[in-house]
Amino acid sequence: MNRIKQLFENRNNRKLLSIYFTAGYPHLDDTLQLAKILEDSGVDFLEIGFPYSDPVADGPIIQYSSEEALKNGMSLAYLFSQLKELRKHIKIPVLLMGYVNPMLQYGVEHFCQSCAEVGVDGIIVPDMPMYEYEELYQETFKKYGISNIFLITPQTAVERIRKIDDLSTGFIYMVSSYATTGKNLTVSEETTAYFKRTKGLNLKNPLVVGFGIADHASFEHALQYADAAIVGSAFVRLLSQSDYLQQIPSFIEGIKGDVVV
Amino acid sequence: MNNYQVNEKGYYGDFGGAYIPEMMYPNIEELRLRYLEIINENSFKKEFEQLLKDYVGRPSPLYLAKRLSDKYGANIFLKREDLNHTGAHKINNTIGQILLAKRLGKRRIIAETGAGQHGVATATVCALMGMECVVYMGEIDIERQAPNVARMKMMGAEVRPARSGSKTLKDATNEAMRDWINNPVDTHYIIGSVVGPHPYPDMVARFQSVISAETRKQLLEKTGKETPDYALACVGGGSNAIGMFYHFLEDENVQLIAAEAAGKGVDSGHSAATSVLGKEGVLHGSRTILMQTDDGQVIEPYSISAGLDYPGIGPQHAFLHKIGRTKYVSITDEEAMQAGLLLTRLEGIIPAIESAHALAQLEKMSFAREDVVVVCLSGRGDKDLDNYMKYFNF
Ligand SMILES: Cc1ncc(COP(=O)(O)O)c(C=O)c1O
Repeated sequence: MNRIKQLFENRNNRKLLSIYFTAGYPHLDDTLQLAKILEDSGVDFLEIGFPYSDPVADGPIIQYSSEEALKNGMSLAYLFSQLKELRKHIKIPVLLMGYVNPMLQYGVEHFCQSCAEVGVDGIIVPDMPMYEYEELYQETFKKYGISNIFLITPQTAVERIRKIDDLSTGFIYMVSSYATTGKNLTVSEETTAYFKRTKGLNLKNPLVVGFGIADHASFEHALQYADAAIVGSAFVRLLSQSDYLQQIPSFIEGIKGDVVV
Repeated sequence: MNNYQVNEKGYYGDFGGAYIPEMMYPNIEELRLRYLEIINENSFKKEFEQLLKDYVGRPSPLYLAKRLSDKYGANIFLKREDLNHTGAHKINNTIGQILLAKRLGKRRIIAETGAGQHGVATATVCALMGMECVVYMGEIDIERQAPNVARMKMMGAEVRPARSGSKTLKDATNEAMRDWINNPVDTHYIIGSVVGPHPYPDMVARFQSVISAETRKQLLEKTGKETPDYALACVGGGSNAIGMFYHFLEDENVQLIAAEAAGKGVDSGHSAATSVLGKEGVLHGSRTILMQTDDGQVIEPYSISAGLDYPGIGPQHAFLHKIGRTKYVSITDEEAMQAGLLLTRLEGIIPAIESAHALAQLEKMSFAREDVVVVCLSGRGDKDLDNYMKYFNF
């Protein structure tokens, strides 16, 4: 069974934490080491970003990590070569996140095949449209057992959410507000209403909140309405410090706080 | 009859579509559902035509350039978009989009700009309509195009430097998209060319199609025939070219020629000749041809003309290129600068360096004396004087 499915089915009441980082930042060959430390620190699943030169959905922090990663020599082909060893070390689900153009150049079938070979469970590509996915790529993703994760926002209409729920295999990525990545979530009536409304739809797929989750408070808030939350920019910011490896366990503990694990 | 226009899914053959993050979906979907209905309303058409006439100064003249014609041995007409208010074709599109934005109830306008021509045209219509205006411009372009930055500021626009990536046009476009993601309710994004997610390429093409609509009428008056033998235009994103080609696409006997910027030479590593150097992929929300690495990273193009150094072309151009309806040619900096000087000396018209790329193609063609050639003179060269002076050591 797909590791993502397994994770959510067996979670009981555990609140799950996912961490995003950009492959190749701060150093080209950090990928597996970071994954291992995160798993050992109690992170439940990982999103590994493959960098793109023009990341329109991202704020300054992830733009910067993407630029640096590219300068360091990261590419999709190189990332897959690093990930050959992934399943020797890492048990938790791993998703790749990035933009559609590098995936198209690599070749969608080749991409899915490489994901399956190295043990990547799913992908998040915010600028791959639903129509194109359905018409052109869905079969290939199914063939290789790769989950494609769609995003929803406070402005996504209910019928569209239902359609996304039908097409999704894994979870639904609930973008916390209308913003690019890296803007801290402010707990407002509006976001609370959106979280409640979405939870109330009783979708088939688990809900995972991302964008703006930066600390224990925003993590807790999101998890009142969702099955998991993703921390991205706040973690990538930590990686700019020289002793980031030492700091990771306490950073993760700080986010999870007293949430029952 | 061939179909050269967008289909109901937003595609031109394999090109186009709307490759956008979900955060942009509601705005793009609203546009997609409403743009045709709005721009076909009588009240819209009336206001658009009135402003083009009284404010922009349309119809722009179709001028038979006699001395240029003598030099090349053909009948060469210049479509004088350089005489429009603000000095280029860009204003045809910004007038259309601001009227549309008003009807969508938007109060704030954002735009990207490279050379600053589209930024100026956007700031201008925002002043005209009393709308808030933010223009994103690459930090490097802000330095290179100081006079246009000053014009935008004088119009009341805020010019925000794009500091990400290569700090030029493509990054300004990214920043505008990010702004829209963060301000989805009250803001309309006026894209400056026939690029971006569907329906932008088609919408901008319709606003610019006034160029060829007028040309047909003017040709009929001047030559007794509505169509030319050749129509030429330069291509950055491709909006003046689509405007020039639009009403000739189905006249298969009209040869359509689009001039791309080869910079220091197509193979020099300093070029913007997308149709030669590009591969199929996705840029700024549409599937098109773009300059990129094998890993799908966008390559920063180069041209002496800031309006042509865009790493992609609009999806309709990618389609016209692929099926061979339009011929894409590469013009170097040197060829364009010489053509700009030549027009100035023969006709007393200083063209924008962008437009000079189209003029340079004349040198490479052979004509029959009775051939009718139309060149889109997309803009005037005032903004480029510094560049011309330096280049020729005047
Ligand atoms: C005078 C002029 N011509 C042409 C262009 C290129 O744009 P497009 O290819 O959209 O016509 C520009 C862009 O700034 C311009 O200023």
